[in-house]
Amino acid sequence: MLKIEAVIQPAKLDAVKEALIEAGVEGMTILEARGHGRQKGHTEFYRGREYTIDLLPKVKIEMVINDDMKDKTIHAILGAARTGHIGDGKIFISKVDEAIRIRNDERGETAI
Amino acid sequence: MFIRNKLLLLPLVLGFPTAALAVAPNLGPSPPATQAQVAALMQSIRDAQSSADNAWVLVSAALVLLMTAPGLTLFYGGLVRRKNILGTMMQSFAMMGIITVVWAFVGYSLAFGAGNGIVGGLEHVFLRGVGLTPNPNYGGTIPEQTFMVYQLMFAIITPALITGAFAERVKFSAMAVFLTLWSLLVYCPMAHMIWGVGGILNVVGGVWPVMDFAGGTVVHITSGISALVTCIYLGKRAGYPNEDMPPHSMVLSFIGAGLLWFGWFGFNAGSALNSGPLATSAFVNTQFAAAAGAIGWVIAEWLSNGKPTALGAISGAVAGLATITQASGFVQPMSALLIGAIAGVVCSFMVFKVKKFFGYDDSLDAFGVHGVGGTMGALLTGLLASGAINAVFGKDAAGKPLPAGAIDGNWHQVLNQGVGMAIGWALAIVGTLALLFLVDKTMGLRVSATEEASGLDLSQHGEEGYDLNG
Repeated sequence: MLKIEAVIQPAKLDAVKEALIEAGVEGMTILEARGHGRQKGHTEFYRGREYTIDLLPKVKIEMVINDDMKDKTIHAILGAARTGHIGDGKIFISKVDEAIRIRNDERGETAI
Repeated sequence: MFIRNKLLLLPLVLGFPTAALAVAPNLGPSPPATQAQVAALMQSIRDAQSSADNAWVLVSAALVLLMTAPGLTLFYGGLVRRKNILGTMMQSFAMMGIITVVWAFVGYSLAFGAGNGIVGGLEHVFLRGVGLTPNPNYGGTIPEQTFMVYQLMFAIITPALITGAFAERVKFSAMAVFLTLWSLLVYCPMAHMIWGVGGILNVVGGVWPVMDFAGGTVVHITSGISALVTCIYLGKRAGYPNEDMPPHSMVLSFIGAGLLWFGWFGFNAGSALNSGPLATSAFVNTQFAAAAGAIGWVIAEWLSNGKPTALGAISGAVAGLATITQASGFVQPMSALLIGAIAGVVCSFMVFKVKKFFGYDDSLDAFGVHGVGGTMGALLTGLLASGAINAVFGKDAAGKPLPAGAIDGNWHQVLNQGVGMAIGWALAIVGTLALLFLVDKTMGLRVSATEEASGLDLSQHGEEGYDLNG
């Protein structure tokens, strides 16, 4: 089982969600996040004072998938989230030790 | 319409006996029945006028209270950090409760009782003698309690304005004590001197007659200068100016500003204490100055910082409104546009450049907008007051209004306005410093460092403004 964490532009959320569902990924968790990589922030003005905002709004999608779904899932995310500009985001993949369905205590790949 | 119909009846009713007299001069005095009818009609006319005036002043009182809550609570609330929103709103709301009681017990008497030239006496404590019949000195066509409750709303919002200077760092208990004492020691005497009969600054009969239509000196100068003194005494917020503390909700501030603008019609036009043409003048001037103020600030900001901001627009409108307050029932409409524009430009300069230069943390620009706006308004009134709008010094034998301000040729009035302004500054500085020392040494004014870090909402009230996960 693999955990996919994708930090993307908030505007791309709908497109990525559609693509993931179409690829067969049914479970996901969406978090509203702030952050930056190499992208610079912007400045805001309040009553003449300059404020540097370098934590930008992002969306993080987390999903746990079967190993054999990896290529399809990554392909879906990249296709939907990429604009070609700085700030597109990142995908991280890690191994998951265990998955448990709370409702009925199912474990392992059937719990995903 | 009601008054007009009665007035049309009058010549008819008077016409008959008069015509009869002209035709038959030996008829003698009009019969008692006609006299009684005329007397009754005159009373009806007075009652109708009184109804109209009372309705407008009561509505104005409600409008002024709207300025405190939710006007000021939202305006200030949106400008502070999220962890302090409730604390900020509570400071203004507390005034609504506390000042009402204080005003009823002793405040109204100290402001508008006879007393001496500086402060009123105690003859109206617990509102003794303040009933539903008009007081000829204070709005001769409205019940005195209408006048009392209208003035109460001013007494509420003036200390509430000061809270902008010490935002995010003052204890609720100490703030309540300080502002209550302030309203008795600073606000009541200032109101008495300028608006109370016998006051040394009263425009009618005062030693230095000062024109202050709706409280440019009484409200904005006193609160604005006190705000400056307070924020310097208390010191800066932890982390200021290096840590970023932008407004947490410009949306709330925007709504608050709209409510302030709306309520200000009650603040200024209600100060005519009648529903006649003077109220119209003040209403028009209020609108014109607010608009010009917004435009002035936005243009100044666009040129200096590159973008027109929402905060600039609403701050400019408030600056225009604060500055026109003193002049609202004295100047021509075009003067109001000029006053508003000056306010927008000068106040923005105060806030952008002067505040940064001196380094004081006037968190919400109570001094920069109200103190400076009020000061300018006081002097501009002396320059631009027009006898044609308000024959404040009476009329000459031919019925022409005597010169009011410099624009009429009475340059001396600018001096009088300056005296009023200076006394306002002096009373605010001395009174505020004395009370700050008193309250700080006994109760402690500022919250502790940990309380300031966790925010007023949690530390002072045990609450959170927003529960976004609820």
